[in-house]
Amino acid sequence: MQPLRVVLAEDHALLRAGLTQLLEAKGFTVVAAVDNLTELERALDDPTAEAAVVDVRMPPTFTDEGLRAAISVRARRPGFPVLVLSQYVEQLYARELLASGEGAVGYLLKDRVSDVAEFVDALRRVADGGTVLDPSVVAAVLDRRRDTPVDRLTEREREVLALMAEGRANAGIAQALVVTEKAVAKHINSIFAKLDLPTDTDDHRRVRAVLEWLRI
Amino acid sequence: MSSSPDVRPDDVRPDVRPDDVRPGAARSGRWAVTGYALVQVLLFVPIVVTFVLVAVSSVLVVVWVGILLLAGLLPAMRGLAGLHRSMAGRILGTSLPAPYLPLTGGPLADLRTRAADPMTWRDLLWMLWAMTFGFVVSLLAVVLFLGVVTLPIWWYGVLPLLRGRATVDRAILTTGRTERLEQRVEALTASRAVVVDHSAAELRRIERDLHDGPQARLAAVSLSLGLADDLFETDPEAARRLINEARGTSSTALGELRDVVRGIHPPVLADRGLAGAVSALALDMVVPVELALDVPGRLPAPVESAVYFTVAECLANTAKHSGAANSWVSLQHDGAVLRGRIGDDGRGGADLRKGTGLPGIAARLAAFDGTLSVSSPPGGPTVVTWEVPCSPSASSSPRTMRS
Repeated sequence: MQPLRVVLAEDHALLRAGLTQLLEAKGFTVVAAVDNLTELERALDDPTAEAAVVDVRMPPTFTDEGLRAAISVRARRPGFPVLVLSQYVEQLYARELLASGEGAVGYLLKDRVSDVAEFVDALRRVADGGTVLDPSVVAAVLDRRRDTPVDRLTEREREVLALMAEGRANAGIAQALVVTEKAVAKHINSIFAKLDLPTDTDDHRRVRAVLEWLRI
Repeated sequence: MSSSPDVRPDDVRPDVRPDDVRPGAARSGRWAVTGYALVQVLLFVPIVVTFVLVAVSSVLVVVWVGILLLAGLLPAMRGLAGLHRSMAGRILGTSLPAPYLPLTGGPLADLRTRAADPMTWRDLLWMLWAMTFGFVVSLLAVVLFLGVVTLPIWWYGVLPLLRGRATVDRAILTTGRTERLEQRVEALTASRAVVVDHSAAELRRIERDLHDGPQARLAAVSLSLGLADDLFETDPEAARRLINEARGTSSTALGELRDVVRGIHPPVLADRGLAGAVSALALDMVVPVELALDVPGRLPAPVESAVYFTVAECLANTAKHSGAANSWVSLQHDGAVLRGRIGDDGRGGADLRKGTGLPGIAARLAAFDGTLSVSSPPGGPTVVTWEVPCSPSASSSPRTMRS
């Protein structure tokens, strides 16, 4: 398998070096590691780049240029996989990213990088067309929707729903909850029945259905 | 957050500005002035009646009935004084501000504010003048006009006469420039004291949060890593456990730092300005929030921050105390004043004087000459309104802040 060609944008030199090292070690090719918006936009125009890992806050204004760049590149190159990292996650930004096109998008807190296997898995899922959302965004949304049919779910089913909304496939959910994939499939069927959602075997479509239902 | 009891933000008079008297409006001519004189003559009886009733009610306060009477009479007295104030303003060609204390709260609180307002006593003094010499002057002007043969005297005399009366009216019914400036200085001193107090308390809180949270955890991380380093050769399994532990602790420390930073200046506010940040707040609320935001462009950063924390505090109160099913926020900036309203259909009972949250934000707004008022009768609904004078920010480019 050809290594995935990734653009990395992070203005903090230490983190940029660390992320580059991590990605290279895990079999990605970092085609560009940039620290500002201008260079990021140039790097994203490189047709050989296959995915991007982007920090939200960058020079010149140190606000949300990373996020805006991610949304604009997905307008120019529909479906271009972007994983956005940030010190803060905002539901508002999650919403904007999800609205920027079908799938191939991720939004994670920077500290999630410390779990290397998880982070690499998330990047691969995004590159593969999947959707990855930070657990804290999902938790906040589930918290907000307490009076809805979410209430009828069992504790375990709510955990499975949260992991689905974070963008995990059956195998990932089974691993996180330390149960069999068969048990996970059973929970998912039950959740979809209770929430009145059509069952779907395709992981990406299923995640989108859940996110749409949660109105993130 | 702390605010000393004698320096309340509602003691501040944001309406009293040194530039309130604007010259340039045309002075009234003979005909208009005579008309005003006629109105003043006709208002003689109401003034006398009001004065007598106020005097009687003041005595009756000891048997409570007076309080009820005064609650109705004082506004009537203000109405009469206000009418004459505006006539005097027109005659003299200036606009005369009414320097009353702002009213907050229910009828009883309003009555107390009115009774304690020095301007009420000046109104009373003015009534004495308006019933006697003032009345004579206005009557003279009208009689000179109606007397036909005295018309020449009217022609030359009416303007000086009425301007004279208006000058006295103005002297009693408005405060002088020096007095206004004194009040302004007093207000600014009070609001500055509250703001300084508030920011000192904030700094203490931030210091404590950092000390108890991230600082302690980072120390634990470096301890774990040191131990791991030590055990690396002899007990790699234990070393790995320690490293995992350090990773978990550093994650918690980052989470705590995020909370501290959100409390200082939320990143989304820096990124998106007031409207964006309030939308983000609404998204995080359990109670649905209806938004009506009309804030084009960016406002000065301190105002954005103060108003953001006003909305955040009110929404937090709604979530915590109101038991509301719905809430709404409206923000509207017309280029000079930012007006905000936030309400819910909960059980009410919020009080600007209780707790630290609402007084704290009222103090923050007062630093920008902003005012905040709360209407929250038992049983609801609760509505908090505020106004902050501010112009759009000159530079729309956000400040340099490292991620």
